[in-house]
Amino acid sequence: MKIGVVTFPGTLDDDDAARAIRLAGADPVSLWHASDDLRAVDAVVLPGGFSYGDYLRCGAIAALAPVMNSVVSAANAGLPVLGICNGFQVLCESHLLPGALIRNSQQRFVCRDQDLVVVNNSTAWTRDFGENETITIPLKNGEGNFQATADAVAELEGEGRVVFRYAGLNPNGSMNDIAGITNARGNVVGLMPHPEHAVEAGFGVRSADGPRAGTDGLRFFTSVLTSTLAA
Amino acid sequence: MGRIIVEVMPKPEILDPQGKAVRGALPRQGIDVFTDVRQGKRFELTVEGPVTQEALADAAKAAESVLSNPIIEDVVAIYDAEAIR
Amino acid sequence: MEQSYDTIADAAATPDQQMPFAELGLKPEEYERICGLLSRRPTNAELAMYSVMWSEHCSYKSSKKHLKEQFGAKTTDAMREHLLVGMGQNAGVVDIGDGWAVTFKVESHNHPSFVEPYQGAATGVGGIVRDIIAMGARPVAVMDQLRFGAVDHPDTARVVHGVVGGVGGYGNCLGLPNIGGEAEFDPSYQGNPLVNALCIGVMRHEDIHLANAEGVGNLVVLFGARTGGDGIGGASILASETFEEGMPTKRPSVQVGDPFMEKVLIECCLELFHAGVVEAIQDLGAAGISCATSELAANGGTGMHVDLEKVLLRDPTLTAGEILMSESQERMMAIVTPAQLDAFMAITTKWDVETAVIGEVTGDARLVIDHHGQRIVDVDPATVAIDSPVYDRPHARPTWQDDLVENGTGDLESVKSVEELMELIRRIALDPNEAGKGWITDQYDRFVRGNTALSQPDDAGVIRVDESTGRGIALSSDANGWYTKLNPYEGARQALAESYRNVCTVGAKPLAVTDCLNFGNPEDPDAMWQLVEAMKGLADGCQEMGIPVTGGNVSLYNSSGTVKGQPDSSINPTPVVGVLGVMEDVRKAAPSGFQREDSAVVLLGKTYEELDGSAWARIVHDHLGGVPPRVDLDEEMALGRVLLALHGAETGELGRVIESAHDLSSGGLAQALVEMTGNAGIGGAFDLRPLCDRDGIDSFTALFSESQARVLLEVPEGLLEVVYAAAAAEGIEALRIGTTGGELLAISPAETAGWSGSDTILFDVQELSSQSDSVLHGIFD
Repeated sequence: MKIGVVTFPGTLDDDDAARAIRLAGADPVSLWHASDDLRAVDAVVLPGGFSYGDYLRCGAIAALAPVMNSVVSAANAGLPVLGICNGFQVLCESHLLPGALIRNSQQRFVCRDQDLVVVNNSTAWTRDFGENETITIPLKNGEGNFQATADAVAELEGEGRVVFRYAGLNPNGSMNDIAGITNARGNVVGLMPHPEHAVEAGFGVRSADGPRAGTDGLRFFTSVLTSTLAA
Repeated sequence: MGRIIVEVMPKPEILDPQGKAVRGALPRQGIDVFTDVRQGKRFELTVEGPVTQEALADAAKAAESVLSNPIIEDVVAIYDAEAIR
Repeated sequence: MEQSYDTIADAAATPDQQMPFAELGLKPEEYERICGLLSRRPTNAELAMYSVMWSEHCSYKSSKKHLKEQFGAKTTDAMREHLLVGMGQNAGVVDIGDGWAVTFKVESHNHPSFVEPYQGAATGVGGIVRDIIAMGARPVAVMDQLRFGAVDHPDTARVVHGVVGGVGGYGNCLGLPNIGGEAEFDPSYQGNPLVNALCIGVMRHEDIHLANAEGVGNLVVLFGARTGGDGIGGASILASETFEEGMPTKRPSVQVGDPFMEKVLIECCLELFHAGVVEAIQDLGAAGISCATSELAANGGTGMHVDLEKVLLRDPTLTAGEILMSESQERMMAIVTPAQLDAFMAITTKWDVETAVIGEVTGDARLVIDHHGQRIVDVDPATVAIDSPVYDRPHARPTWQDDLVENGTGDLESVKSVEELMELIRRIALDPNEAGKGWITDQYDRFVRGNTALSQPDDAGVIRVDESTGRGIALSSDANGWYTKLNPYEGARQALAESYRNVCTVGAKPLAVTDCLNFGNPEDPDAMWQLVEAMKGLADGCQEMGIPVTGGNVSLYNSSGTVKGQPDSSINPTPVVGVLGVMEDVRKAAPSGFQREDSAVVLLGKTYEELDGSAWARIVHDHLGGVPPRVDLDEEMALGRVLLALHGAETGELGRVIESAHDLSSGGLAQALVEMTGNAGIGGAFDLRPLCDRDGIDSFTALFSESQARVLLEVPEGLLEVVYAAAAAEGIEALRIGTTGGELLAISPAETAGWSGSDTILFDVQELSSQSDSVLHGIFD
């Protein structure tokens, strides 16, 4: 299975996303922002970073890139798309997902091992998790505060489209502790924390097995292997 | 050369953490008469020649589609820079 | 806009014209020397160039003599064994095996960080990262060493917020994990915060690039951000003589960084290196184009001709002199063969990096710079970049040093109960200098690139270099300004010893050293003495330990005012020493917090009564005086061998010998136990009696002495004998002092027979750790 990883100028976690894809058993394919060719991939990851320096608004300029025209069309046709951190911001600016991410309420960048509850395990990227399972993956951002209109939030909650909720601590002031959401079809998922940084023992998060043994992030990428375009 | 000013502010219902931080900082400088502060953005768009109605219309289009995110921001003003002198 | 030029022809024709050399910081002798070198007076542009390149910051004129006599002379061939590039280039390069090379360096950006903390710190990070790129490496990690004034001083928060925001803001945006560093607070740094930034880069041996312009006819290419008025600071000589209404007349003295531009530059440069289209490369920092061109030409032994009107400008009103001296960030200069230029431009175009050919390499050993055909510079580049003045500044042991040294802690009251000991442990643990630094380090990304095996609060940052084998490097940095004030020679040695020890503690073999010497006013013989003594101590120490300094930085004039000769005229002398080590498999790196219940805890090393300069003396008694703990480098090396033997021990099914390890430093054994229990939340029970009996000390000394060469190990019960054997083989003391487990930190003092009250020190680990983490939050949130 081939999974595309998009690189915008300023993208930082593309290599890490590619590693996660490899470890999950798929082939990562590099997608350049300036090209609209998705190279026949079966899914797309929009990785974390500071695309275009977060200028104008986080993800705003990246959302206008040629590659995003193709990603939006493909997503509307059912292609699984995962937006991580800056990637989530790009998905919101592209209107594939509702709402927006603004500056953390405490005004500071925060990097921490973050507990999450997987409240929706039927999306393309969360099938391998148990219902309401608690996982731990790194969070690292300065603009992760999820805000949407009251109607949009009601719709998300009502339709079960909240995918992850912060547990233990809301690190940025996000409404309803929302850490990640999905579209109606369940193929497009965006979240602020970073699954690609918890995929390899020795370099993951703290867990009962050791100081860097936590690899809960891997199942994001294994989930999509069993998801097809038609799902 | 003409210049068009576009002003963008966070929607009133959106939490504005930066404005809040500034509001907190002013009293520390001995300025405590302001009950609220909200922080937005001001864009200067330069055109060749004078500012025409078409240019203002293009500025409005730019404002809605790129310069602001309608989910969290409002375009509160679009005007010829010379008009306020 | 009209620009008036002061050309070399003008200079030759008007030898008697008064030049503002004094306003630009040059001494009369230095000005005379320039005239002698040029056989005429310098032009405005040449004067500006010499004044910046011969400044302390660029030329190291106060320290050069000693750098040569100490590090130059004392680095043996044996020490150079793993060195691929030594001092003199942008950064040193070390061979770490399997064809991998690592480049690393630490630099300071102290004064700008007091003026504009965020941008000062941000551009400090940017500058050191560019030095690493310029060696041909991919930057892979950063560390920062920060020293601020007193926590309760009204100005400190301004500096702290800005500096931490700037380090994080710039480093995070570059995608570089911050894997460690230090943060300290002391009144001595009040007006002179120290912001040291360290960067590590990785490459294959064949990727090393140097800053030597060679090949007559090769092109001089400037790429990156456009050139604006950053950093010029309104030197009158550079202001345009005629200007229009509304034109900027004041040039900013602060440089503003754009980390997005730098991230793009990193990727662009790596692609340029990979394509083999770069003959030589230099980054632009202080003194901008004038520095890069003179260094490239001087290092290559060639000459250069530059046309300044070809420089892409952000601000079209800049004069020729301003273009030459601008310190706009995120710019690099490459030497490219004419045949490779198209390929070079194709890559920079792909990354949207603006590029301009501004000159060519010549064979005449002159640096010649024109602007629209007006010749404003014609110098021998070596006189600018290499042969700057070398001072032999007077230095002498301060008159107040004896008083300081004689005023030890011996007379300070001793302790009579368990409650008092507990109170002291708590007071020290919750002091901002000892408390958790999460408020700072949680603002830094430590995960990006997916290769971080260890980071703060562990003893060293550990980064994987080779994904197929797990080979990687460890880096630790340390300095103790308090010890160094008591004895600069020993203090520098101690900094080296502690970093060396930390590298071994995590399981890496030390290979090389970088240093950032933050000292006071070199025109004050007291501070100059401190600098010379510290350099001797570090150079001697490196020679004893067999590891070389590969590069570093000297920051002087960290002093509060014009009064010299007082104990507080300058900052505490602060020699930051970073040691780099190599590991074959970074997954084996030992964390610093207890990992399991029911492990044995072993103390390696001997404890003496050494409280002078300690955290206890400072925090509890506001006391700094006496003799700092002795440093025995042979013992440190023996301890290092023990640690590496244990890290590498094969035990078959019995697993690893070292579950966790932590060296003892500031706050002594007490603080080390607070940290080992707090870091992973597993407590332990400890008995001080065997330690006190063996070393002939009381419990107070056992807990708070800061004797060197000591490490705590968490060891499975069944493997204790392996530890004792390894320690005995090297003549290192090893003593089991307790067992891990539970939710409490329990310490049984030795003297309780004679004391009333309870007989065990008890802390709830979770509670103490939470209080520790809250200290900086409470001050700075």
